[in-house]
Amino acid sequence: MSMPFYVAPEQQMKDKADYARKGIARGRSAVVLQYDGGILMVADNMSRTLHKISELYDRIGFAAVGRYPEFENLRLMGVRFADVRGYQYDRRDVSGRQLANIYAQTLGTVFSESPKPWEVEIVVAEVGESATDDEIYRITFDGSIVDEQGFVAVGGSSEHVSGRLKDRFAADATLASALNTATRALADENAEERELEASNLEVAVLERAREHRKFRRIHGRRLRTLLEEGRSGTGKPASSRNQGSDDGDEG
Amino acid sequence: MFEGFEGGRMPAAYMSAGTSSFAEFLGAVSPELLPGHNPPAQGGGEHLTPDATTIVALTFPGGVALAGDRRATQGNVIANRDMDKLFRTDEFSAVAIAGSAGIGIELARLYQVELEHYEKMEGRSLSLEGKANKLAQMVRGNLGMALQGFVVVPLLIGFDERAEEGRVFSYDAVGGRYEEQRYHSIGSGSVYAKGSLKKLYRDDLSENEAIKAALESLYDAADDDSATGGPDLHRKIFPLVDVITEDGHRRVAVDEVERLATEVVEGRAAHPDGPTAPLS
Repeated sequence: MSMPFYVAPEQQMKDKADYARKGIARGRSAVVLQYDGGILMVADNMSRTLHKISELYDRIGFAAVGRYPEFENLRLMGVRFADVRGYQYDRRDVSGRQLANIYAQTLGTVFSESPKPWEVEIVVAEVGESATDDEIYRITFDGSIVDEQGFVAVGGSSEHVSGRLKDRFAADATLASALNTATRALADENAEERELEASNLEVAVLERAREHRKFRRIHGRRLRTLLEEGRSGTGKPASSRNQGSDDGDEG
Repeated sequence: MFEGFEGGRMPAAYMSAGTSSFAEFLGAVSPELLPGHNPPAQGGGEHLTPDATTIVALTFPGGVALAGDRRATQGNVIANRDMDKLFRTDEFSAVAIAGSAGIGIELARLYQVELEHYEKMEGRSLSLEGKANKLAQMVRGNLGMALQGFVVVPLLIGFDERAEEGRVFSYDAVGGRYEEQRYHSIGSGSVYAKGSLKKLYRDDLSENEAIKAALESLYDAADDDSATGGPDLHRKIFPLVDVITEDGHRRVAVDEVERLATEVVEGRAAHPDGPTAPLS
């Protein structure tokens, strides 16, 4: 019978964190950012059906990177929690903060108790009555939770991607322009130069002006049109150019 | 920090692949929240909740309309004169209830969450038949309460995106599901409303004409059934109307209903029995 080696708790935690980081870094990133009509969520995702971006509740969206079965579990949990809450009390009583908290607690518990941490990083975004009421939370594999302002990137090279986002981000950008900012930041991942096409992208918005449920996926022709418009805007932040030309994209 | 959230973990049921049905999930984690969870031991409790009265639904080319009066009664007392018995259940369906109001409202709310929950869990909505069958199961689940006197029956309308037409489904208290052709009515004034619709219905009604026909039929129901409320011009309480077309669900604006309802009432000043059908 062999004796287990003694491993210092610090080392154990560090090993777990390294393991999780490596796992997450294998996948592509996702970004969430404000635009003039709400919150835009964009993920680099080849699959049409295995979503990285989903609806949690009326005003709340979910974006995740890492291992699909693990964040899918978290998504189902969030939908169930939100629906039970909203049914038990009122639809307005479900908030992004609650969901971010239960995700943080769950990931924190898994990280400290289970030998294998979950290789996921998620974003919970809630669109408010006005841009100042918007909430964007990033929750990492160890259960840390960060209240982000304006934009966030998650995934392997999120620091690099969010650096690129920061350069171009404008909270009052039109949807086409914000989408352009997001795709350029994602395309620049790992410092490789590539062009992201509609078929590589999963895009959804939380539209402030929409009734009932704010979450809406954008795909097909509408997505191609928006990408086209964003590119022809030469990628400058929307605030520094004429915005009138982009009004047609809300149809 | 939240109910059932102990030791930093949600209960296992929340994390399992499990069911996409909200009612089933709720039954597993918090059965006390389900309507009719605690039925009374013996009958005779009907007087505990008011009765929701008349609902009409009719199809027109490209859509379907649902309208309900606003009255709820308790015996000979008007318990509520501005009740909303119509529930938007998702983008392409709506439910109205007649019978025990307290039970019906809970049922409609649960059904609403049920459809949305399925859509979010599965990434696609149920087919219209799927929605109709799910509602049948939920009505059957209320059978115990129905036997105690708390009878509630829904009327489901929906736009079938595959067939591109509006459809109407009615139910009985044991969950029997019946697809209705063209028009239907439920509730205490339904006999009169249906008779009225029978004479007013045409296959080529426009959306506006369909709404007008619904309002005429509700007027006829209110005319002969004391439990059905007619348009209340003084208090500005008018029937509620929902319309579903390929563009989705729309609650008809109050001033539009007011205009049409006022037309109906004024028409009755000249002809108290309303529009007549030609004999030849």
